[in-house]
Amino acid sequence: MQQIINFILRNKTTLLYLFLLTLGISMSVQSHSYHRARFFNSANWLSGSLYGVQSDISSYFNLREENEKLVEENTRLRNLLFNLEIDSLEGVVKDSFPFEVIPAKIIKNSYALRNNYITINKGAVNGIEQDMGVITSKGILGIVEHTSNGFAAVQSLLNTKSNINAKIKNTNNFGSLKWNTDRFDVVQLEDIPRIVELYIGDTIVTGAMSSIFPENIPIGTIKKFDLLASENFYTIDVALFNDMTNIKNVYIIKNRDSDEIQILEEKIENDQ
Amino acid sequence: MTNNLYLKNGLRFVLLILAQVLVFNRLNFLGFINPMIYLLFLYWYPIKQRRSIFIIISFILGFIIDIFSDTLAFHSVACVTMAYFRPAIMRFVFGVNYEFQSFKLSNTTKAQQIAFLAFLIIGHHAIFFMLEIFSFSHLLLLLKKTISTSAGTLILGILIISLFSAEKE
Repeated sequence: MQQIINFILRNKTTLLYLFLLTLGISMSVQSHSYHRARFFNSANWLSGSLYGVQSDISSYFNLREENEKLVEENTRLRNLLFNLEIDSLEGVVKDSFPFEVIPAKIIKNSYALRNNYITINKGAVNGIEQDMGVITSKGILGIVEHTSNGFAAVQSLLNTKSNINAKIKNTNNFGSLKWNTDRFDVVQLEDIPRIVELYIGDTIVTGAMSSIFPENIPIGTIKKFDLLASENFYTIDVALFNDMTNIKNVYIIKNRDSDEIQILEEKIENDQ
Repeated sequence: MTNNLYLKNGLRFVLLILAQVLVFNRLNFLGFINPMIYLLFLYWYPIKQRRSIFIIISFILGFIIDIFSDTLAFHSVACVTMAYFRPAIMRFVFGVNYEFQSFKLSNTTKAQQIAFLAFLIIGHHAIFFMLEIFSFSHLLLLLKKTISTSAGTLILGILIISLFSAEKE
């Protein structure tokens, strides 16, 4: 017993180091697996508020650019609205639509790592929950992974864990959108069968297979596609519409039906 | 005197974290180089203090940076490892005389200081990017990221050190 205590006392620094090392490595390994509940992320009160203050200051420097983006989007939406067959929006019952949109601002963005996260200034108080889609006026951005009261951490498209259902516009050929970490303006679309005819410049939009995003939200255009002789599926490089390095205003999409869809899907899984 | 020491290190701790998360984490030079300037804390931390406290503080430092940049525990592991091996690096760079009472970092040559900093940075970055990339099939990417970010951190580190070493004429 005496010897054990002596050993511990003699090597207490090393033991302390090994303990902290194990703690750190186990947390790192855990953070590599998909959707493990994490308590420590940038959506907490402290880092959220600090990033919030910084974003309040720095957002003044590109107000003009952001305004132009918003006006552009407004113009597009107005165009759509005026060409619709309805007289006004008053008669429309809002609650009957499955999707609800919540505006938010980005307070921290990253794109240099392999698993990038974006922090936004809306959280559980504003009705944000895990697995809600996040888009900008130009295209999709990511999926909410963690929320705190006032902030949320969004898993960016530029994340090796990201996997989003996407399809080629005006067809029903869908695949999954992933990122190979090479460039922050290009993502990869996989699992499109070789029978499909592809052209460079075709638009890629979100598919109907997920309850997170509505169908037909723009993602990007086909930049390049490869088909190895022995393979049945294309690997497609998609150039994103979004400039991932420069985004400020985003929209979070809440799907009112997602609970119902999830319950159904769980039932199917349980039956099997 | 001891109060002064705590105050100085505490202030350094907070300021380095703020500088790291608010400025250097969003530098993205050439798209991916984000110098990790908070490592200077390990460089400046007094030598004669208790080692276990130093290791714990380093872990906390890395952990806070991790929380801010959503890289859970990569910074902590790299930082705590460098804190543990710091005496070994110092013995290697400065020779045995660093164990004497009178040893002071400011009394050593410029080359020794830079070598010490470079060892800290390269070791830290290699561990960090190994954990971040998490596969040896991307060995080239690992090397590219480690070398370029180390160079960035080293240059900025030397600049910041010379900026704040006012006591020496």
